[in-house]
Amino acid sequence: MLEYGKTKLLQGNEACVYGALYAGVQFFAGYPITPSTEIAEGMARILPHIGGKFIQMEDEIGSIAAIIGASNAGCKSMTATSGPGYSLMQENIGYAYMTETPCVIIDVQRGGPSTGLPTKIAQADMMQARWGTHGDYNAIALAPSSAKECFTETVRAFNLSERFRTPVTVLTDEVLGHMREIMTIPEEGELKVHKRQKPDVPPDWYRHFEITPSLVSPMAAFGEGYRYNISGLTHDPDGFPTAVPSEIKAKLEKLHHKIDNYLDEITSFRTEMMDDAHVAVFSYGTVARASYQAVKMAREKRIKVGAIQPFTIWPIDEARIKSMLDGVKKVIVAELNMGQLFYEIQRVAPKSTEVFHLGRYDGEVMTPLQILQKIREVL
Amino acid sequence: MTTRAASKSMGKKDGSEKPEDRYEIRLSGSGGQGLILAGVILAEALGIGDGKNVVQTQSYGPEARGGASRADLVVADGEIYYPKTMKLDLLLALTQEACDKYYPDLKEGGTLIVDSTMVTQVPTKNYYGLPFMQLAREEVGIVMVANVVSLGAISELTGIVTRDSIRNAVLARAPRGTEEKNKKALELGIEAAKKLLKEKR
Repeated sequence: MLEYGKTKLLQGNEACVYGALYAGVQFFAGYPITPSTEIAEGMARILPHIGGKFIQMEDEIGSIAAIIGASNAGCKSMTATSGPGYSLMQENIGYAYMTETPCVIIDVQRGGPSTGLPTKIAQADMMQARWGTHGDYNAIALAPSSAKECFTETVRAFNLSERFRTPVTVLTDEVLGHMREIMTIPEEGELKVHKRQKPDVPPDWYRHFEITPSLVSPMAAFGEGYRYNISGLTHDPDGFPTAVPSEIKAKLEKLHHKIDNYLDEITSFRTEMMDDAHVAVFSYGTVARASYQAVKMAREKRIKVGAIQPFTIWPIDEARIKSMLDGVKKVIVAELNMGQLFYEIQRVAPKSTEVFHLGRYDGEVMTPLQILQKIREVL
Repeated sequence: MTTRAASKSMGKKDGSEKPEDRYEIRLSGSGGQGLILAGVILAEALGIGDGKNVVQTQSYGPEARGGASRADLVVADGEIYYPKTMKLDLLLALTQEACDKYYPDLKEGGTLIVDSTMVTQVPTKNYYGLPFMQLAREEVGIVMVANVVSLGAISELTGIVTRDSIRNAVLARAPRGTEEKNKKALELGIEAAKKLLKEKR
């Protein structure tokens, strides 16, 4: 059960469960996979006692399909998986983007490709979280780095998902999922919990995909008396397939701009010691913690280095990253892969900032010493 | 963080790059000795009872079953950045294999506690040896509580955790019906460590 205000020792995976409960999750469908299984276990244990539903599906394709259905029936819905399952889900995740169905997917990253390294850490699904399914769309992905952040970012994932009617991915990793950390469950009302916007028009006027000034359409659930059609085919505001160029264009622009227009609401960063930094370490998830440690050690040696950690991996907030790197001569992008976030930072960094990559891809966590060594190398 | 062990340093300090504000612990032995549970109990005692920041990690996967098994803790008053251990301040080894494997990770002057009947070749003279398994088997009647006996000894030998906190944490995790046995195991560890400290003086 969720005990507000209580201090607990929680695994990252357990903290995701409690975060989801805090956000009001009502439906979980999943298929167990290491290193995410504790999320399904926690949901199976708790949801039935609070009037929610847990269902173990036949596979990950069924799991994502089930949560899309449940969300359209009005439930806050979630699944959790790791790389191989996330790959299987991609087709239906595209369906969720197209049908603008809120849902939360937690990907506890492990090494890949394919079944890869079930029990070892990687951060190689970052690009998949943006481009995993085919077609033109926009994506939101969040990345916590502690048990506490697993909690708060899962709450935020639900909020953003319901707010913008879109799937949201939370990218954690094997080490974060399994490590236990002390955290205090926030009090009820301490964190904002967003409720899906319902239509306030008579059923006859309701259009499920109406292009509103905000670009986010109010959403009626199945069975609430509003008639509508949903389809993976490109559709008009009523949800019926369209081949009209202006309607096609409007739909795709809606998918993009309903996110891009609200970067301030969506993106979130933490910075340490950046005020006078000549060198910055840019990293997320478990690696960000090694970066803070490395920065602290470097500062003791009077090296002017700072750290930037994005909690929002997607969308990339170009303007904000540019301004954070303004005056920084060198930035090291540290990640557990052979180069993903690196290319994004290279794309958006100011011309005067040199971008370096520090990758690790042997199933182990990046250490502070490794980062410290790289800092010395680029100085 | 200052602890009894750190302040009464058992040797000279090495020049490792480990930050001084972290206290790092590894509880090691073989799979099935309850070391992960011991790690969880100690983390709860430190974090919930004593209000410290704690991160507990473990090796995860097929290699963690049988063979050398371990639970790692990083303890600090402030925020813990890097969650894994860097150089251990305290190593508990319940088997020879674990002692051989993990002793190199202990910092110079760090505290080594071993099961004196299981670890016969100790790589240093500066260590504490107590027969945890034997005490559990002979005094409590179940060898399974050797992990709790060693927690009692750790609390007495290092002073890292307050007595009340470790007692509460053990009881909170003890399965119903085993509270008395676990309580006894903890006190047994404390008493054995007290005796050992007296002898060492």
